[in-house]
Amino acid sequence: MKVQLTVNGEDRCDDVEPRLLLVHYLRQVLGLRAANVGCDTTSCGACTVLLNGESVKSCTVLTVQADGQEVTTAEGLARDDELHPVQAAFRQEHGLQCGFCTPGMVMAAIGLLAENPHPTETEVRQGLEGNFCRCTGYHNIVRAVLAAADMMSSAPEVAK
Amino acid sequence: MSILGTRVVRIEDPAFLTRGAVYTDDVQDEQLDGACHVFFVRSPLAHARINSIDLSAARDAPGVIAAYTAADLVDVPELAPMMAAVDQHMTQPLLAGDVVRYAGEPVAVIVTEQPYQGEDAAELADVDYDPLPVVVDMSDALRDDAPRLFPAAASNVAITFGDAATFDTGLFDGCEVVVTRTIENQRVAPAPMETRAAAAAWGQDGRLTAWIPNQGAQGTRAALAAMLGLDQSDVRIITPAVGGGFGAKFGADPEAGLVCLVAKRLGRPARWAESRNENLAGMTHGRAQRQTVTIGGSRDGTVQAYRLEVIQDCGAYPKIGTILPSLTLLMTPGPYAFPRAESAAVAVLTNTTPIGAYRGAGRPEATAAVERAMDLFAAEIGADPAQVRRKNLLPPFTEPHKTAFGAVYDTGDYAAALDKVLAAADYAGLREEQARRREAGEISQLGVGVSCYVEITGGGSEAGPPNENGTVEVHPDGRATILTGTSPHGQGHETVWAMLASQELGIPMDKITVKWGDTDLIPEGGGTGGSRSLQQGGAAVRQASLELIEVARQRAADRLEVSASDLVFDVGQSQFEVAGDPDAAVPLAGLAETERLFVRSVFSAPGPTFPFGAHVAVVEVDTGTGKVSLRRMITVDDAGTVVNPLLAEGQRHGGIAQGAAQAFLEEIIYDSDGNLLTASFADYPFLSATEVPSFELVDMATPTTYNPLGAKGIGEAGTIGSTPAVQSAVVDAVSHLGVRHIDMPTSPQRVWRALQAARAAAGPAAAGQTAAGPAAEEDR
Repeated sequence: MKVQLTVNGEDRCDDVEPRLLLVHYLRQVLGLRAANVGCDTTSCGACTVLLNGESVKSCTVLTVQADGQEVTTAEGLARDDELHPVQAAFRQEHGLQCGFCTPGMVMAAIGLLAENPHPTETEVRQGLEGNFCRCTGYHNIVRAVLAAADMMSSAPEVAK
Repeated sequence: MSILGTRVVRIEDPAFLTRGAVYTDDVQDEQLDGACHVFFVRSPLAHARINSIDLSAARDAPGVIAAYTAADLVDVPELAPMMAAVDQHMTQPLLAGDVVRYAGEPVAVIVTEQPYQGEDAAELADVDYDPLPVVVDMSDALRDDAPRLFPAAASNVAITFGDAATFDTGLFDGCEVVVTRTIENQRVAPAPMETRAAAAAWGQDGRLTAWIPNQGAQGTRAALAAMLGLDQSDVRIITPAVGGGFGAKFGADPEAGLVCLVAKRLGRPARWAESRNENLAGMTHGRAQRQTVTIGGSRDGTVQAYRLEVIQDCGAYPKIGTILPSLTLLMTPGPYAFPRAESAAVAVLTNTTPIGAYRGAGRPEATAAVERAMDLFAAEIGADPAQVRRKNLLPPFTEPHKTAFGAVYDTGDYAAALDKVLAAADYAGLREEQARRREAGEISQLGVGVSCYVEITGGGSEAGPPNENGTVEVHPDGRATILTGTSPHGQGHETVWAMLASQELGIPMDKITVKWGDTDLIPEGGGTGGSRSLQQGGAAVRQASLELIEVARQRAADRLEVSASDLVFDVGQSQFEVAGDPDAAVPLAGLAETERLFVRSVFSAPGPTFPFGAHVAVVEVDTGTGKVSLRRMITVDDAGTVVNPLLAEGQRHGGIAQGAAQAFLEEIIYDSDGNLLTASFADYPFLSATEVPSFELVDMATPTTYNPLGAKGIGEAGTIGSTPAVQSAVVDAVSHLGVRHIDMPTSPQRVWRALQAARAAAGPAAAGQTAAGPAAEEDR
């Protein structure tokens, strides 16, 4: 089936199998491999991307369902090598170790902060419940999201 | 000012954050162009005879290139047990031939053009099984009439350590109080976020290049070469980014060997990436011990004797988990000065996924056992569990202390760690709040758990004392390259090894590149595991840097035509200066212009080091539903001198969370037929962000003298301390209701059942009230 979508600001038109998952389209067809596959059950969130600005698990979206829509992956965040505030906060707070969950975690955090720019710690934990990390115990991920919220509210022009 | 000891953010992070790290499934390499895709057909049965496998329909499916069974591998020997003392009949085929021994064991390989096609074709594989009697439980597997996994072997026992038959019958003589209990250290899944994967290509020269996520490329090369009957020099392992290992990515699994064989037979590169379902069934599991602890002492709280008997579930084949009880026994007494102690273990096969190493690997099991015993003893004499621990800890020591079990603890001050953590937790305040809730009969009861631990990190091998190599090269353009035999997969060696070299060489960290995991580049190395990397690999980098300065000093002396002893190395300027004549100087990098400037150095430690600490866990237990909420974790984890606190804290956080998860959440469950009931992340209760609090870390650093950094291992300490603290807290929350023990994980069902049993034991009149009834048995 033919799909037309925008990925990280670039228009794409591809012929795909109807069953092709969005995450596999991104990874195998477009070569955007930041989003990872960590489970088969929409549990872990390693594949999280933004679909029209909302975080979704791209292992549970068929490519054809994304037809006509806008997808943002971790590769589309940094501009001119300058880290997005959420990425910068993850680095500053050591919110990543092996890095496998990180692109999905960052996208989920961006989705969370878009909905709730000033979350409490509990709200951050609840907002990221669907994104698993085996390395950090979530401690520094939570710190990073809270720090990013501070950064983005003091510099709103970079929030987008 | 020294960069060491400061919170340097990781240099590896920007690439991880913007493009994502390149894991095995992400690798793009021209050698892998046109790679075919491998899919494994796995047994749905735990124990069965294979009558026949018909792959004809699968071979006709779209995209299928080839399909193989054990019949196609007659020239490939089965894997022998890794220790000579293990019954040598217990061999593991790469593909099951006559018999399958666990659900999830590979029985056939399907090779396709596209990744989705393998799963489709596997549906058409027709395997005719005759079910055999199944043994799932490790105690059952020890019975004389148990189904045998290897009928040619004498029994299901793979190996024993010590002999319970020779236990001292008088061990507990003179004890006023003796308590005994059998406790579960349940099977859990390492579950790294990156599942297993492999990619393989054979060159025209007959050499194999394999990309495999691993914790040590050199060990993986050795395992893979042995599996395939190759000379190690004909194998090159390349380690891409690794998405977590936790002990389960050492060596090479059969699937990786099969991917290499497929590539060889088809003359075409091959790759494989498993699903989470395959990972939970096929990757080694961890822990899986049943322990019987007996502890005796006097009513004043002095422990006089302790005994530990271990049954280790090996799963279906004797992998590294089979020998981990030896580490459990080594650490039998933990940080305590027990006058008498003894222990023994038996490791037995069952029709389940094989057991391997999992964060801590044998030591968390030892700590869990002795800490549970201390709690049982304290409860029996009605004493405060923290005070009982305090009374029995070894006194502080700075000279190595040898235990009766052969462990040589390097440095330690266990009581100081306990005092610090109790103070930070406001232990007295917590007990007051607990008393208030008990008095008020609140539904939500507070539990406080304390654990003390000492563990062993950076162990050596039969080949010799602990050691690791590091190479440092300075380039003419002012850059430097480090080669290390360790293998980071989240630990941050790129940053810390660069810090260590920068500190000595004066080269900025952003000009230092750290390389690892390519066996052609770095033929030797011990990898990363057992919390060994900094204290050996980091120490080697430091040592190589210092030796490089001496090599450079001689070159500088020749260049400046002065005596080497007249030269001073100015680290800040990264240059040699003639003492008393600062204008006569030569930059370090300049000395690499005419001849390569590098040093490879091997650091050897006198022995392993023994980090220690103490944890306090605070939980709330809903006495109506049995639901446990972890509210606070306060920990002291003393791993000697800390080089980068930001990263060391990260190791502690992750360890604490994984250990806590075992205590109250995670468990691999099989039914009595050996079906894995926790084969997906929808069923396996992987810890999420809502189930843990932020952690309260208390600093303490008692340096070791075993390496110049003063560092011990920190990778596993958190896991070792937190599991017993959390379990203890849950029991503590309901102890006033008559509960003495709840097995892990302390799920709502187990807690609720323990409460019901306690209420029933206390009698109908006491039901629902605070009762000091007899200790209730929890129905497992």
